[in-house]
Formats: sequence, structure tokens, C-alpha cells
Amino acid sequence: MQLTKRAVNVDRSPMTLGEKIYLPAIAKGLKITMGHIFKKKATVSYPEQTRPFSPVFRGLHVLNRDEQGREKCTACGLCALACPAEAITMEAAERKKGEEHLYREEKYAARYEINMLRCIFCGYCEEACPKDAVYLSETIMPSNYSRDYFIYKKEDLLITEEQMKKRAATGKG
Amino acid sequence: MLLLSIDWIFIIEKVALILVIILASFGIAAYATWGERKVAAIMQDRIGPARAGIFGLLQPLADGGKLFFKEEIVPDRSTKTLFILGPALFMITALMTSAVIPWGPDFTISTDSGIRTVSLQVADINIGILYIFGVVSLGIYGVMLGGWSSNNKFSLLSAIRAASQSISYELAMGLSLIAVLMLTGSLSLRDIVSQQHGFWQDGYFSWNFFKQPVAFLVFLVCTFAELNRAPFDMPECESELNMGYHQEYSSMKLGLYLFAEYINMFISSAVLSTVFFGGYNFPWMDQVASAVPSGLFSLICVSVLMIKVIGFILFFMFIRWTLPRFRYDQLLNLGWKGLIPLALLNLVITGGVILFFFNK
Ligand code: SF4
Ligand code: SF4
Repeated sequence: MQLTKRAVNVDRSPMTLGEKIYLPAIAKGLKITMGHIFKKKATVSYPEQTRPFSPVFRGLHVLNRDEQGREKCTACGLCALACPAEAITMEAAERKKGEEHLYREEKYAARYEINMLRCIFCGYCEEACPKDAVYLSETIMPSNYSRDYFIYKKEDLLITEEQMKKRAATGKG
Repeated sequence: MLLLSIDWIFIIEKVALILVIILASFGIAAYATWGERKVAAIMQDRIGPARAGIFGLLQPLADGGKLFFKEEIVPDRSTKTLFILGPALFMITALMTSAVIPWGPDFTISTDSGIRTVSLQVADINIGILYIFGVVSLGIYGVMLGGWSSNNKFSLLSAIRAASQSISYELAMGLSLIAVLMLTGSLSLRDIVSQQHGFWQDGYFSWNFFKQPVAFLVFLVCTFAELNRAPFDMPECESELNMGYHQEYSSMKLGLYLFAEYINMFISSAVLSTVFFGGYNFPWMDQVASAVPSGLFSLICVSVLMIKVIGFILFFMFIRWTLPRFRYDQLLNLGWKGLIPLALLNLVITGGVILFFFNK
């Protein structure tokens, strides 16, 4: 029974003399591999050269501020709820009098941590956020020897995308 | 003063030559690993090692250093003496072969006690080719001992494979060489090289390659098999035998095995160039010889040989990154049913031609 019309019969006829001495086939193979000597190399020497990101690239998170420089996040916890990897931890706090220039909403995140080792960069947190407070920037996570490095605190996240990129490039933070 | 009439300068000369050859073998083998990676990379449209030094030229040093600092593990159930002897034997035999290869013509230096002729060959023994065969066959003991004493089934299987492969292909190799020896009439590598003088002699090419192309082909294929290199790298085919005979080895013992393979490749290339491609001979060498001093001429000859050797090494690498591995039965079929009859036929034809046309 044939399921598709694409089936090809395997040719099991015995090898001809030309095939048996292998040499023509070897020459053909050598021609192909030699041809690759002059081909353009596909390697991107990463830290020095980078490839352009696709428009939907999801990299390290950045927490947003509004136009007046106030934190947008209201510690609603929806991002943590949406997160399939359970990478987000937060503690909420109430905004005191006189802190209106710091936090936009009455409730804010006193602690906000993303464990980048758990995060799978799915971007669900960005989608879940009702306040447009968290989004994924076009930054690749730098490597490090210590695990603590990968737990990004509020001060690591509440920066602009440019600062985030710079930190990733220098590997500090 | 001659002490006990021993020619001390002669001994110093030879020791220096041996040292230079061994160091050169190590150097070339080290850079062959670099070259192999570069060749592989280029054929796969990559750029290969590029971080350690300019063009990654320090990569062999980094690799060697890494191997030295790895933990040395000797398996609990292994036969310890043999386990340690294996890589040592493999390395020693790899280095021993280089003794009979003439690296260049003799050159003369005038000292106060007269003119001294310095030979660029460690030992001109009159059975040079047989010596090479003997030592190469010994090399398989290194693999066998290593594989057997590891007390690992994969290692043992792979060692058995290596042994049977090398035995099968040594036959064809020897037969193909007999045809060459019928032409040269001598087993000494020095004679074989001097008979291929220049490039064109008596109205025909002087290199054995042009006189015995079939023997060259058989010899070349057998060399691949003897070197355990792709497409005949049965003893270490990862997909069937994990790592092969050096599965249980770590640290510098593994390093010796891997390194000796590259030295083998270097020496085999030298043998191939010597026997079939005229050794250090090159076209118009007589004109060059009369134009430059003998020391410089020797140097030119050595570099010519080195260029041929490097050409062969590159060829080995190109083949490795081009062809898939043979199946084991295909390998033995090719050896016993293909190459041995071919070599025999070549032998008979060569004998016949010599008998009827050149029998003076
Ligand atoms: S990107 Fe996905 S995994 Fe990472 S924190 Fe956001 S929701 Fe969690
Ligand atoms: S980042 Fe957005 S979703 Fe997450 S707690 Fe803050 S406001 Fe809620």
C-alpha cells in the first residue's frame, strides 16, 4: 500500500565496476568538499560580531518607568502567576505619603526578582502585565561563574534597555 | 684524539639529527592537529580555532597543556603494566620509523681535519623498507595491549578490529611494494631515492609514481588503513565502539595515543613521498645543486621533501572530512578481494614487462 506518491524505490541492483572501485565517487566527493574552501564562512565570531535580532526576540527583562520616572509595576503578581517556570518572586508594599514621585500606583513591588536560570524567556510575563511594566529587551544574558549573579534584583531590572545592553556586554552587575 | 677509535663527532652528529627529527615530528604532529581542525572547519564553512593566538596557532599548546593537567585514571580491573605499556609502545614505534628515511642528500663541511660528509639519514640500513614494515607491524601491539588490558569490551573489540585490519592491509601493502622493489632492485631507502633523481631521466619520469601508479594507489589505500584514519577508522568508530581502544585512557596516556597517530601520519607521508614521489628530489635539481653551496642545497632538498609530506598530510585530512566510514565487512572485502588481487596482478605485469622489455 502506498500512502504518498513520493515513495522512491531503493535501487538494490549490484554495484557496477565503476562504483565498486570507489574512486570516481571519491573524486566527486573531494570536488564537493574542495569547493567549500572558497565558500563564504558562516561563522559569526560572537562577542566581537553580533547578528541582528529578529523583531520578536525575547532577551533579558527590563522593568519600565513612566514618563515622570516612576516605577510602573504595581506588584499585582500576574506576571509571576503567568510564569511557567516560576522564575519571578516579589513582595508588595504600600506607597507612603511623599513617595508619589517614586511609584505610580498605591501598591508597589518592594522586592522584585527574576531568576534568569529558571526563566525560559517565553515572554508570558510581558503579555500578562496590565501596566506594561515588564518587557523583554533585545539582550542576551551574559555568562558568569556564580549562581547569585543570575538572580536579577530590582536594581538590575529597573534600568533602561541601553543600560541593560551595556551591562550585558561588559558582563558586570 | 680518537677515544678507543670511536668517531665521537659521528655520534654527536647522529644524536643531533635524531633529536631534530624527533622534535620536528612532535612539532609537525602538534600542528597537524591544528591543521586538521582548520581543514575540517574550512570544509564545513566554519573558521576553526581562532581564539588561542593569531589564527588559533597556540591551540596545540593549549590542548597539550590541558591533557597534562587532566586526572590520570587507571581502571581498577586493568592489567596495570600492560595498560601503561600500551601508549608508550605506540609512541615509540611511531617515532622509530623515522630512522631510515633519508631527509636530504649528504652535504660536506670542511673541518681542519679534512672534509667531512654529513648524512641526513639516521641509519642507512640496506633493508630500510623491511625495517619500516617491521616497526609498523609492531605499532599494532600498542593498540592491542591498550585495548586488551583496559578490561573493557569495547576496547577489546576495537583492538581486535585494529589488529585484523592492519594484518589484512599489510599484505596488500607489501605486495604493492614488491613491484616497486623489482624496479629499484634495492631495499635501501637511500638507493630508492637516488634512483628517482631529478624528475626526468632517460626519456621518462624518474619518480616511481609514474612507473608504478597502481602500486602507489594500493599503497596509499593501505596507508589509510594502517593509519586508522577515515574512511578506515574502524578501531575508533564512535558510533559502534564509543571511543575505541583508548576508551579507558585519560590524561597524557590518551594524549600519547592521539599524538602518535599524527606522528604516524607524518612518517607515513614521508615514506609515501620517499618511495613514490622521489623523496627530496625535485625537477632541475642538478642546476640548483651546481648553483648553491652543498649545505644550502641540502636545506632546499629537505624543504622539498617537507612540502611533499605536508601535501600528503593535507590530502589525508581532505579525505577524512570527505568520506564516510566504511562498514567493517566492506573494509575487509576491499582489502582481501580488491587490493591483494590488484597488487598481485600489478606484480605479475611488472615482472612480465621487466622480463620481456628490459632484460639485458
Ligand atoms: S519570560 Fe517566561 S519564564 Fe521568564 S520570567 Fe517571564 S514568564 Fe517567566
Ligand atoms: S510587572 Fe506587571 S504583572 Fe508583574 S507584578 Fe508588576 S504590574 Fe503586575
